[in-house]
Amino acid sequence: MPDYHEEELLGKAYDGRLMARLLTYLGPYRASVVAAFFLILASSVLNLVGPYLTKVAIDDYIAQGDLAGLKLIAGLYVLALLVQFVLSYLQVYVMNLTGQRIMFDMRREIFGHLQKLHPAFFDRNPVGRLVTRVTADVDALNELFTSGVVTVFGDIFMLVGIMVVLISLNWKLALVSFAVLPPLFAVSLVFKKRVRETYRRVRTRIARINAFNQESITGMEVVQLFRQEPRKFVQFSKLNREHMDANLDSILYYALFYPTVELLGATAIALIIWYGGGQILTGGLTLGALVAFIQYSERFYRPIADLTEKLNILQSAMASSERIFKLLDTEPAIIDAPRERRPVRLEGRIEFQGAWFSYQSYGDRQEQNWILKDINLQIEPGERIAVVGHTGAGKTTLTSLLLRFYDVQKGQVLLDGVDLREWNLSELRRQFGIVLQDVHLFSGTIASNIRLGSPNISDRDIAEAAANVHLDRFVARLPRGLDEEVGERGSSLSAGQKQLISFARALAHDPRVLILDEATSSVDTETELLIREALERLMVGRTSIVIAHRLSTVQKADRIVVLHKGSIREVGTHQDLLAQRGIYYRLYQLQYQDQEVTLSTDTLTPAERADSHR
Amino acid sequence: MLELRRLLPYLVRYKGRVALGMLCLLLGKAASVLEPQVLRMTVDDLTVSVTAGKLLFYSGLIVAIALVDGFFRFWMRRLLIGVSRYVEFDLRNDFYAHLQRMSPSFFHRWRTGDLMSRATNDISAVRMVLGPGIMYPVETGVITIAALGFMLAIHLELTVVALAAMPFVSIAVKMFGAVIHKRFERIQAKMSDITAMVQENLSGVRVVKAYAQEGPEQEKFEEENRQYFRENLELARLWGAFYPLLAVLIGVGSALVLWWGGRLVVNQEISLGQLVAFIAYLSMLTWPMIAFGWVVNIYQRGAASMRRLAAVMDESPELADAPDARTSVQGEGRVEFRNVSFRYNGTEVLNDINLVIEAGKTLAIVGRTGAGKSTLVSLVPRLHDVSAGQVLVDGIDVRKLPLADLRQAIGFVSQDSFLFSESLRDNISFGRKGSSLEEVARVADIAGLGTDVSDFPLQYDTMVGERGITLSGGQKQRTSIARALLIEPRILILDDALSSVDTETEERILSQLRGVIRNRTALLVSHRVSTIKDADVIVVLEDGRIVEQGTHQSLVEQQGLYAALYRRQLLEEELERI
Repeated sequence: MPDYHEEELLGKAYDGRLMARLLTYLGPYRASVVAAFFLILASSVLNLVGPYLTKVAIDDYIAQGDLAGLKLIAGLYVLALLVQFVLSYLQVYVMNLTGQRIMFDMRREIFGHLQKLHPAFFDRNPVGRLVTRVTADVDALNELFTSGVVTVFGDIFMLVGIMVVLISLNWKLALVSFAVLPPLFAVSLVFKKRVRETYRRVRTRIARINAFNQESITGMEVVQLFRQEPRKFVQFSKLNREHMDANLDSILYYALFYPTVELLGATAIALIIWYGGGQILTGGLTLGALVAFIQYSERFYRPIADLTEKLNILQSAMASSERIFKLLDTEPAIIDAPRERRPVRLEGRIEFQGAWFSYQSYGDRQEQNWILKDINLQIEPGERIAVVGHTGAGKTTLTSLLLRFYDVQKGQVLLDGVDLREWNLSELRRQFGIVLQDVHLFSGTIASNIRLGSPNISDRDIAEAAANVHLDRFVARLPRGLDEEVGERGSSLSAGQKQLISFARALAHDPRVLILDEATSSVDTETELLIREALERLMVGRTSIVIAHRLSTVQKADRIVVLHKGSIREVGTHQDLLAQRGIYYRLYQLQYQDQEVTLSTDTLTPAERADSHR
Repeated sequence: MLELRRLLPYLVRYKGRVALGMLCLLLGKAASVLEPQVLRMTVDDLTVSVTAGKLLFYSGLIVAIALVDGFFRFWMRRLLIGVSRYVEFDLRNDFYAHLQRMSPSFFHRWRTGDLMSRATNDISAVRMVLGPGIMYPVETGVITIAALGFMLAIHLELTVVALAAMPFVSIAVKMFGAVIHKRFERIQAKMSDITAMVQENLSGVRVVKAYAQEGPEQEKFEEENRQYFRENLELARLWGAFYPLLAVLIGVGSALVLWWGGRLVVNQEISLGQLVAFIAYLSMLTWPMIAFGWVVNIYQRGAASMRRLAAVMDESPELADAPDARTSVQGEGRVEFRNVSFRYNGTEVLNDINLVIEAGKTLAIVGRTGAGKSTLVSLVPRLHDVSAGQVLVDGIDVRKLPLADLRQAIGFVSQDSFLFSESLRDNISFGRKGSSLEEVARVADIAGLGTDVSDFPLQYDTMVGERGITLSGGQKQRTSIARALLIEPRILILDDALSSVDTETEERILSQLRGVIRNRTALLVSHRVSTIKDADVIVVLEDGRIVEQGTHQSLVEQQGLYAALYRRQLLEEELERI
C-alpha cells in the first residue's frame, strides 16, 4: 500500500539534480555518446535531401525534359536513402549499446548496494518493492537513454536543418512561412502544461483506485458482513468517475491540439502558395522550390508535436531515478570498523556484557522498547548452550546480535575478548554456522545449497557433510543424487529434508560457533531421530548456542539460559532448573512435557534405535 | 480475439456516439484527401499563368480544408476515444460489483495484488482496443481507399510503380515481427530470471550474510545481468534496423515516383500538378502502414487482458439468495447446528456437529489451532455454506433467509479485525452510517476503547491506518468489537476477538460486555479459558468434532482436553506475571 501513496507524491516532470546525477552514468561511455551524436547529426542532414532533390528534379530536369538527369537524381535519392539507413541503424545500435551498458552498471550498483545493507533495512522494506528497483525502475531509465535524450537532439537538428535549407532557397519566403512558428510554440507550451497536469491527475487517481481496491478486497468480508456493498460501490464508482473525468480532459486537449497543429501547418502551406506563388509570377522563385517548401513544411511540424510524447518518458524516468537514488543513498548501518581485526584461529569464547537492544532505534522515533535488557553471559569454547523462553522473550534477537545483523545500543558483545564491532564483518560471520528455523534454499542443486558460493568447499567435503547429517540416505534415493535440483524454494522437499540440508550446509562450512534455531514444525519419528543424531554430530567440537524446542536438546545442554521478557532470569542444567521450580519449570510444563509422551523412545540413543531395526 | 466479443454489449450502449464519431471520421477524411487536389490545381496553374487572386483563393481553400478536417477530427477523437473511456468506466464498475458478490473462498483463491492489477492494467489494455484500436484501423482503411482511388485516377502505371515496394514492407514487418517477438520473449524470460534471483537473494538475506556470501551472490547476479544485457543487444541489433528499413522502402517508392512520374510529365501524360498531388497521396499512405503493427499489438494485448478479466467475471458467486428466500428473521436469535459437516478443498474441517444455542444464551468454543472453531462460527453469517446438514437461525435454514437480513441480525468480530483507512468514528459506525457521536462513544466504552480514544489527537475523528495513527492489535480488536455492537445485533459472534488484549484489560471488557450479551445470543471462540469460564455452554472442538461439552466446572472435573487447556492457561498467566 505505501507504494500507492508514493505514487501520489510523484509528478515532478524534471528535476535538475536528478538529471545531473543520471548523466554521470553516461561518463564512461562518452565516446559512444559522441559517436551517436554525430551519427544522428549526419542522418538528420540526409533526411533533408528528399524535398531538395525533388526541387532539382522539377526545375532542372522535368522542366527541361532531361530524362537522363532525372534518372541520375532518382539514383542519388536512393543512394541517400541507403546511406541514411546505415547511419541511423548505427546510431540506434550505438545508443542501445550505451543504454544497455548503463542499465548493466546501474543494476550491478543497486544489487551490490543491497548486499551491503543491514538486515533491519529488509525488515522495513518489502522484498517485492526492492526487486522493482532492480528491474522495472531501471528499465524505465533505459527508455530515457535509448530513445528519449538522443532523438530529441535529432529532432532539433532536423528543425535547424530545415530552417537553414529554407532560408538558403528563398529567405523572404522562408520568413513568411516561419510566421506560424510563434503560435505553434505557444500552442505546444500550453498543451504540454495541460497534458502534464492531466497526466498527473490520471496517475494519482489510478493510484487511489488501487489503494481503494487493496483495502476493500482485503476487507471484503467486513464489507459483506456489515452489508455495506452499496455504499462501498458508490465510493468506488466515484473514484472511477474521477479517473474517467481526468482522462476525458486529456482527450479534450489532444483532440484540440492535433487539429490545431495541422491547421497551423495548413496555414503555412497557404502562405507559401500565396506568397511563393506570387514570387513565381515575378520570377523570384522556381516551381520546384515551391514544391520543396511545401514538402519541408510538412516535415517541420511533426517533431514539435512529438516532443510531448518524450515528456512522458522523461516523467517516468524521473520518478524511477528518484526511487533508485533514494535506495542508493541509504547508508548501511552495520559496517566494518576502520581498523578491523581478522581472526586467525578462534577459540569461540563469547561474552555478552551488559548488552541492551531495541529495534526501534533503527529509524523509528518512538520510545525505546527494549527487546533485550542488560544481558550478561559468558560462553566458554566448546560449551553447549540452550536458550529457552516463552514467545517474544528475545531468543532470536540474542543470536542475531552475535552475527551482527544488529548492533547493541548499550554494552557490548565480545568474541574471544574482542568487541564484535572491531572484527572484519565477513570474517566474523564466517566463524559462525547458522541454522534458521525457516530453512532458506536457493534455486540450484542440493550440492550448491550446501556449498553456497564458498570455493574452498570441495565435492568431497559436501558428500562428507551430507553423510554426517544422514542426508545421504535420502539423497541416495534421488536419480541425480546431490546434483538434484531442489526446485523453487525447495518446494519438492519435506521440512525435515530441508532441515538436514541446512545442517549439512553449516557442517560443510566448519564454523567455530554453531547457532541453531530449532524448527518447531513436526516431522515424522524417523526423520526426528535422524535430525537429532545429525545435531549431535554438528555440535561436536564447537561452541553451540541452540534456541531449543526439543526436550533432548535441553537435556543434553551444558547450561540452559532462560530468557524472560528480555532478561536472563535463570541459568543452569535441566535438573537444576527443574528443581528450582521457577520460570523454567513452567516452560518445561508448557513446551517440553508433551514430548516425553510422544517420544518415549527417548531412552534409546538413536544408534541403539537404529540397531533395533536391523 | 473472440474474447473481445464480450465488449459488444458495452459498445452498444454508446452506439449513437460511435456512429456519430464514425461519421465525423468519414467527413474529416473526405476533407483531408482534397488537399492534394488543391496543390495539383495550384501547381498546374502556376506552370501556365495565374492571377494573384486565384492564388489567394487556393490558399483560402487549403486553410478551409484544414478547418473542416480539424473540426471533424476534434469530434471524432472526443466521441470515439471518449466512448472507450465510458466503457472502461462501466467495465471497472462491473468488475468491482462482481468482486463484492464473491464469497471469502474466492478471495482465498485469488491474490489481492492480482485482482488489483486486473482492475487497472488489464482494463486499460482492453480500453486501448475500444479507443485507438477501433479509430486507427477505420481511419487507415478510409485513407487507403481514398488515396488509392485518387492515385489510380491520376495514373494506373505510376500507382503500380509507387506501390512496388509495398509488398516488401509487409514482408519486412512480418518477418521482423516474428523474430522480434521471439527475441522479446527471451528477454522477458531472462528478466524473470533476474527477478527471481534478486527475490531469492533478498528473502534469504540473513543466510547470505550469515555465510558471508555477498561476494559470490554478486558474481551470480552479474552473470544473469550480463546475459540480460546480451539478449537486449541481440534485439537492438535487429530492432535498430526495423524503422530505418521501413524508411528506405518507403523512400524508394518516392524516388521511383519522382523518376517514373517525371518521365510521364516530360512525355505530357500527366501534368506536373498531378505528380505533386500523387507524391502527397503517397506520403498519406506511409503512416497507416507503420501504425498497422502497432494496432495488431493492441488487439493481441487486449484479447489477452480480456481473457484475464473473464476468468474473474465468470466466477459465479457461491452464496446467493435462494429463490424462495423468506423475507426476514423475526425470532429471538436461537442458533442451531444440525448434523453439520464442512469440507474445504477436499479436507474435512467439521464433522457432524450438533449444537443448540437458545436465544440469549452464550456458547463458548475452545480447541487447538486448526480444530475448526472459526469455521464453525463463520457458517452462521454464511461466510461459507455447509457441505452437509443445516445451520438454523430461529428454526429457519440460513440458506433460506435473504443474505442481507441474516447478516443484519449478526454482529461478527473476526480474528484479524480489519479496519478501513477512515476516521475512528467512521470505522465504528461502519455498519450504521449516521450514528450519533454519543452512540459511537457508548459502544466504544463498552468495548474498552473509550479511554484510549481520549488520548488520540482528534479523538473519534482520528484517522486510522496508513494516513493516520497506527493502532495496536488490541486497539484494533476493540474497535471492531465496538463496530459490531453498534448495529445492535441479536446474535453476537466473537471469533478470538480479544487475543491481542492483555488479561487484565480483557477481564474489564468482558465484565462490560456481559451486560450487553445478557439479552443476546453470543458465540465466543477463544484460546483463553478466562474469556469463556462463565459461558452457558462450552464445547471443545478437536479435529472438527465436538469432543467435550458442558460448563466450566463440569469440564474441569472431567480431566480431559479442557482441563489440560485450563492448566496450560494458568501456567501462561503465571509466566506473564513473573
